[in-house]
Amino acid sequence: MTEAETLPGDTLLYLDGVTVSFDGFRALNALSLVLEKGEMRAVIGPNGAGKTTMMDVVTGKTRPDSGKVMFGLDTDLTKLDEPAIAALGIGRKFQKPTVFEPHTVWDNILLALAGDRKPRFSLWAKETAEERARIESVLETVRMKDQRHRLGGDLSHGQKQWLEIGMLLAQEPQLLLVDEPVAGMTDAETEQTAELLREINKTRSVVVVEHDMAFVRALDVKVTVLHEGSVLSEGSIDHVSADPRVVEVYLGR
Amino acid sequence: MKLDRTAYLTLGLTIGIPLVLALLNQATPAGSALHVPTYVVALAGKYLCFAMLALAVDLVWGFAGILSLGHAAFFALGGYAMGMYLMRQIGARGVYGNAELPDFMVFLGWHELPWYWQGSQWFPFAVLMALIVPGALAMGFGWLAFRSRVTGVYLSIITQALTYALLLAFFRNDMGFGGNNGMTDFKDILGFNIQADSTRSALLVLSALCLCAQYLVARFVVRSRFGKVLIAVRDTESRTRFLGYRPEAYKLVVWTLSAVMAGIGGALYVPQVGIINPSEFAPGNSIEAVIWVAVGGRGTLSGAILGAVAVNFGKTWFTGVLPDYWLYALGALFIFVTLFLPKGIMGLFAKRPGKPVAILEAAK
Amino acid sequence: MGAADSSPAAPALLCLDNVMRRLLAFFLIAAVSLASAPSKADPVDDAVAALSSGSFDSVHEGVDELVASGSPRAAAIIGALQNGKLYFRPDHTLYIKQDDGTYVGALTGTPIDAGNVKPVRVNNTIRGAMDAALGALRLFSPETAARMTAAEAVFHAADPSALPALTKALEKETDPAVKTRMEQARAAVILASAESAEADRLAAVSVLRVRGDIDARGFLASLSDQPPAVAEAIAGALTAIDRAAQLWSVAQSIYYGLSLGSVLLLAAAGLAITFGVMGVINMAHGEMVMIGAYTTFAVQQFMHAHTPGMYGASLLFAVPLAFMVSGSIGIVIERTLIRWLYGRPLETLLATWGLSLVLQQAVRSIFGANNQDVDTPAWMSGATALGGLTLTWNRMYIILFSAVVLAGLMAALRYTSLGLRMRAVTQNRRMAAAMGIRTPWIDALTFGLGSGIAGMAGVALSQIDNVSPNLGQSYIIDSFMVVVFGGVGNLWGTTLGALTLGIVNKFLEPVAGAVVAKIVVLVLLILFIQRRPRGMFPLKGRAVES
Repeated sequence: MTEAETLPGDTLLYLDGVTVSFDGFRALNALSLVLEKGEMRAVIGPNGAGKTTMMDVVTGKTRPDSGKVMFGLDTDLTKLDEPAIAALGIGRKFQKPTVFEPHTVWDNILLALAGDRKPRFSLWAKETAEERARIESVLETVRMKDQRHRLGGDLSHGQKQWLEIGMLLAQEPQLLLVDEPVAGMTDAETEQTAELLREINKTRSVVVVEHDMAFVRALDVKVTVLHEGSVLSEGSIDHVSADPRVVEVYLGR
Repeated sequence: MKLDRTAYLTLGLTIGIPLVLALLNQATPAGSALHVPTYVVALAGKYLCFAMLALAVDLVWGFAGILSLGHAAFFALGGYAMGMYLMRQIGARGVYGNAELPDFMVFLGWHELPWYWQGSQWFPFAVLMALIVPGALAMGFGWLAFRSRVTGVYLSIITQALTYALLLAFFRNDMGFGGNNGMTDFKDILGFNIQADSTRSALLVLSALCLCAQYLVARFVVRSRFGKVLIAVRDTESRTRFLGYRPEAYKLVVWTLSAVMAGIGGALYVPQVGIINPSEFAPGNSIEAVIWVAVGGRGTLSGAILGAVAVNFGKTWFTGVLPDYWLYALGALFIFVTLFLPKGIMGLFAKRPGKPVAILEAAK
Repeated sequence: MGAADSSPAAPALLCLDNVMRRLLAFFLIAAVSLASAPSKADPVDDAVAALSSGSFDSVHEGVDELVASGSPRAAAIIGALQNGKLYFRPDHTLYIKQDDGTYVGALTGTPIDAGNVKPVRVNNTIRGAMDAALGALRLFSPETAARMTAAEAVFHAADPSALPALTKALEKETDPAVKTRMEQARAAVILASAESAEADRLAAVSVLRVRGDIDARGFLASLSDQPPAVAEAIAGALTAIDRAAQLWSVAQSIYYGLSLGSVLLLAAAGLAITFGVMGVINMAHGEMVMIGAYTTFAVQQFMHAHTPGMYGASLLFAVPLAFMVSGSIGIVIERTLIRWLYGRPLETLLATWGLSLVLQQAVRSIFGANNQDVDTPAWMSGATALGGLTLTWNRMYIILFSAVVLAGLMAALRYTSLGLRMRAVTQNRRMAAAMGIRTPWIDALTFGLGSGIAGMAGVALSQIDNVSPNLGQSYIIDSFMVVVFGGVGNLWGTTLGALTLGIVNKFLEPVAGAVVAKIVVLVLLILFIQRRPRGMFPLKGRAVES
């Protein structure tokens, strides 16, 4: 379903009829989705529904075979590569935590800090007080202040997830794409993460992909259900839970 | 810049030992027990030039994760640049007595210097070429390779093919670089007799200084934020892209810098060994340089210098005592180091077992 | 006397050289005499009389007349005269001395008691005359081969005065090959003559165009002063001949390229399989090829010494043996070295390089550093011509051999359970392991298979290249290029890569030399990699990304 030319002015992300095939397998099938500025959206769906592929398309890792992917009202994401899209203000947290193992927590965040990415800059860059303050603030938010000198490779799984969220925050993106943030977390950590995301949502837009229904419920936001590469249903968690198509495919049998 | 214990030690030994050798060669009479024979001075100079090549390899391999199997090509190109200058210096003292043309050109029946030999009679020009030619080649090759995201084994194979192609090219007599005989019979450098022990000692000290300078430059690069990005690229290249970095730009910078470093090593090497020929481009040379770094300790910089000196010292000793077995020993060294000593000799001294020393320093 | 005066001093002929003059004269004479259906008796008798006269001039005349007579004995007599075996008696009879010292009558050829004979003496002028005479006579020789050579000689001489004789010879000619040659000679003669009609000239150009070889081309190109229509026809013929030659040259390059490519294929196939299944590049792979070549050498040495009778079958023994030797060494390498470096492809590269040094030095110590001779068995030697192509048999067999091996390999991968398991491990190692496939065992067998094929490549290589400890090094880089170009997704990629590289190499060689060809190939490859960083047929899918 698209709103075609009559998109509201605060549209942040707009996918229209996006199709991606890998060797004949349709990962995305005419997928359409609209995200408003300041919104938080939960995307759920069975394995293979196309959630991660959708993120790949938005972040420039995969080029769609057809369809439009727009950021804001006029930036065509299909023409840009990963670094350019990241520079626009789209940040991504991966399904599998990918922090830099040889670097400390501090350095991981330092590298993620929004700023000049050019080699010339980083050759002469010295840590400024401002940068230090920003890193401290991120460490505070993800509660890793006392972990700052530990190597990324030494962290536990949950800590890696949090570090990665921290790196995402450090980028100061307009749009966060978060892929299964609470996979492998304890209930307590899951609750903390929901809280964190809600906090982040106050200033930024978020798309969360998740399986954990309790988590999705706790977020209390609009839900998009994907199935076999396209949108099956959209609405509040109660709405989609009640949708018979969703029930049949995903939620319960 | 902050220097730690390892750095002080490295610099100290790198400058100290050559200085002592040079002094003992020049200041003591030939018969004295303290006298260092000239051939030792020449040998030490050679080792230091190899150490520069090793440093260059460590920079791209240990920190950017690029296993270059063709780095000796940059070394050789720098060597040829200097070789051209030295050939011009022979002047009319060559076999054919031609003041304008080097012997091999007279032998080929050429009547004038090709355009690419213009300017090679000036020392500053030769130095410039030793920097620019390897650098330009590296930049061109790197731009093509990194932009297309060729990595890992594929990239290594391509670098090997590059040096092999250069080997074939420089073997041709009509290239104008001396063909398979290369360039030799040098007489003097900057007016000084190239065989004189005073010249050799001076070259030794100069090599030591250059090596130290390169070490400091490399150290600066890897400990800066640039270095941190580089290590991140080495670790998970795609992740850095999602953070907004362009790995190809970082790789290109360090790759070009590394090629220039190798070129300087080559330029200092040729006056000290007195010959440059196409076999310097042989893939085996480049792969040997990699093993120097592996033996010393990849990703530590000091390890590169240590490995280069140690292995070449071993080679000198071996080929003197058991020449037929040297290749067995070298081959076994490759196998042994990769299986049992993956962190190299420096890894044995690391504070925390299993972590490369340089990264430790960077983490503070 | 019916024979025309054969004086050679006619003004119009002064510019031709001596032999040509002679040839011309004889053709005239032969034509006239043949046309006038000569009786044997008179001219022959005159000839015999002249030959037995004792003076050089008359002997000279005698030779002329003998040819003119058309006598079947003419060739024999003149031949005898050439060899100094012609004798005469003052009563004007001629005798030919045989090898055993007896004499036969020159005209009759039957043994006869010669009595007191004197040799017929010759000078240089007569010698020249005899050469030309025999040449002319051979057009009518009873032997096909002789007529063929004679026709070819006339073609090359392209002397217009030969036309009548040729025409006569053509009428009598029954052998189709000789007839064609004669027609071509006739065409050349027509074009060289100032008096030929235009229609005849055009027909002649067509004949030569069909002949199409380098001699025809040269001749056509040398013609001048032809009427415009004919000149145009000649130009057209030249273009056609050139184009055909070019096509044949292209075909020849393709042939060489295919044979080089098939060797590369054998050398690279093992590498591609190993790299595909295990993700390792084996720098000692070239040495596996080298070991295969040395196995061939050893088998031949053994057979020379112990079973010389079976020597022709040496390669048939060498192939499976090389497979097993290289294959077993491969398995040993995998179990003792490679498996400890699993997951570290760059380290594996280094370790296998060290291994290659050891292997090279070992072979050097055992067999010596110099090239060893490996023979090509008789049934594989020689060549056959196909149109403008020269197809050497050894390369033909190598191409066939590679095709067979490739087919066998593909079949093995497709239809055997080992092949199935190998493919599973290639696509998703962890999943394969989880399904119970014993990946360490598959790794060992894969390495063995790859090395074994390399060994067989060595057998093939020994036939077309020098066998030395450095053999592996010369082919390893090319093998790498094939893998990089073709990708490791499937063997078709390897095949395509090998054949393409072989052909491109061979096309560039005559143009730019072997070295520049290699450099160009490399540069093209680096540029190609821009488009396809993982080769033409890469493995796809999520699991491969890691």
